[in-house]
Amino acid sequence: MTEWCRSWRDGLFQWEMMRVSEQATAESVARELGAFLERRREQIAQRWADAPLFRTVFTVSRDEAVEAGKAVVDALADVASTGRLENVAAPGFDSAREQLGRMAASRARSGYSPAQIADEAADLRTATADLLHGEAQDPSGDETRDVLLALTVLMGTLRLVIMETTIGAGEELIARQRQQLLEVATPVISLWEGIVAVPMIGTLDSARSQMVMESLLEAIVEQRARYAILDITGVPTVDSLVAQHLMKTVAAARLMGAECVVSGIRPAIAQTIVHLGIDLGSVVTRGSLADALAYALTRQGIEVSRRAAGVNPR
Amino acid sequence: MTPASDPVTATSLPIGSDADLAWVRHQVRRFAAELGFGLVQQTKLVTAASELARNTLIHGGGGEALITPVTDAPARGLRLSFSDTGPGIRDVELATTDGYTTGGGLGLGLSGARRLVDEFTIDTTPGEGTVVTLVAWVTGVPAARPGSG
Amino acid sequence: MTFPTPFPGSLAAVPVLVLGDTLLVSLQGELHDGVAEQLQQDIAHRVAHSEATGVVIDVSGVDIVDSFLGRVIAEIAANARLLAARTVLCGMGPAVAITLAELGLTLPGVVTALDVDRAFELLRQDASTAAPGEAAGCT
Repeated sequence: MTEWCRSWRDGLFQWEMMRVSEQATAESVARELGAFLERRREQIAQRWADAPLFRTVFTVSRDEAVEAGKAVVDALADVASTGRLENVAAPGFDSAREQLGRMAASRARSGYSPAQIADEAADLRTATADLLHGEAQDPSGDETRDVLLALTVLMGTLRLVIMETTIGAGEELIARQRQQLLEVATPVISLWEGIVAVPMIGTLDSARSQMVMESLLEAIVEQRARYAILDITGVPTVDSLVAQHLMKTVAAARLMGAECVVSGIRPAIAQTIVHLGIDLGSVVTRGSLADALAYALTRQGIEVSRRAAGVNPR
Repeated sequence: MTPASDPVTATSLPIGSDADLAWVRHQVRRFAAELGFGLVQQTKLVTAASELARNTLIHGGGGEALITPVTDAPARGLRLSFSDTGPGIRDVELATTDGYTTGGGLGLGLSGARRLVDEFTIDTTPGEGTVVTLVAWVTGVPAARPGSG
Repeated sequence: MTFPTPFPGSLAAVPVLVLGDTLLVSLQGELHDGVAEQLQQDIAHRVAHSEATGVVIDVSGVDIVDSFLGRVIAEIAANARLLAARTVLCGMGPAVAITLAELGLTLPGVVTALDVDRAFELLRQDASTAAPGEAAGCT
């Protein structure tokens, strides 16, 4: 091998060794941080109990705040021991996610945004850094500085975890509310024996259509309905997709022995349906809910007539 | 982010007879229920599985079904894979034409099954075999956190 | 034709009850493909060789109805009609109904009812009114 090759190879080797030793240093610093956290978990938790994030959440008992704090410190120590301080998805955080989630949810209910809540987590870093600084043998030395840096990284990761759990809790709340809204918007009304009606409101998208189908079919079972009136007065537009959703609902109800009547077809809607060439098959349609009801009653052999004049009501 | 699958609890089932079809339905139902799918979703998933498993048996000359729970945090789902070394599907476009048929439809039932799930892919080579994969994600309301909302 | 051996615990065939001039078929749980075809033949045979003028297929005990079972049901109804008998499908639950609607399997040629009571009621009504071509609940 030429002299040139050899020195190039040696250079590479040295660079590799340097990388490895840097990594080893980073890992040993992280481990030292982990050891510190384990050593001082009581003191750290005590300080955290007075920080806004913990204090405002655990209003009843300070002991509870301290216990919660310890749980979080344990999680941090666990993550530190892995050496990867910037890993938000580290399994070490899992044990604390439930706890952090509850705390974040509590703060969110008080009206704090995810960013504000995450900032409160910054206070925790200061308290921990002070403790670290205080017990260091060489407060201004390189080693202490390295561990403080590692702490900053780790607490930064904790901030991200807290922000994640807060946003996650928010998303869950939105999902729940959306579901509740869907349920409220699709009530099934029992108009007469064996006749139910669903006033459909708003755009009939896939999710709402599913909701309508489920609610309607359950009502058909409960009410033993033979007729189901789908009133689309509140549906702004009917295109081929909306028509498809309607037809699926009609088909499903029929499989359960109930005939659907689509009512509330405004002249404009009728024109759109014809214009788009939408085929509603043999579905009975009526302009108004009243007409649809009359149809269903007639089919059941029920006649509604005016009482003779002069006869008093019961 | 690619969803994570759990190789530990993935299950492979042979499809070689009518009785196997019943077992596939049973297992898919079990997995779906355990993952928290609602009744309507379970029914759709098991029905889709039944269609595809039957295809594998009748058109593919037999094969296997692979059931794998998947996650894409926080979402949970189930992936079903039906594979055979049969003649393959010559015209995938035609087979999966999304037309809303009323009772007739092609014998393959692919276009219908596709409507029952969230993700649907077909990998086929005429003369070599077919793999149909579908994924359904649990939808519905997550349980309220204690003390919140 | 041979049929696959059922696994332990399953019925070898679906029971068909005779109630007056109506055949009642209650499908339960898992229905193997071979058993379903056997059932089709059984019903056609009975309708042809008995006084039966009605067939009620109750699927309340069935978890899923896929395209195969759907076709079996449609064919039972078609066979019955050719033999001058009426078929009513009943007992379908919301989940199955939604799935079939989504699948596009609407069984247009099959009369439907909510449950067995309604199914028999329907057959009685139709027998007394004897209005050919009109069927309540059918589009």
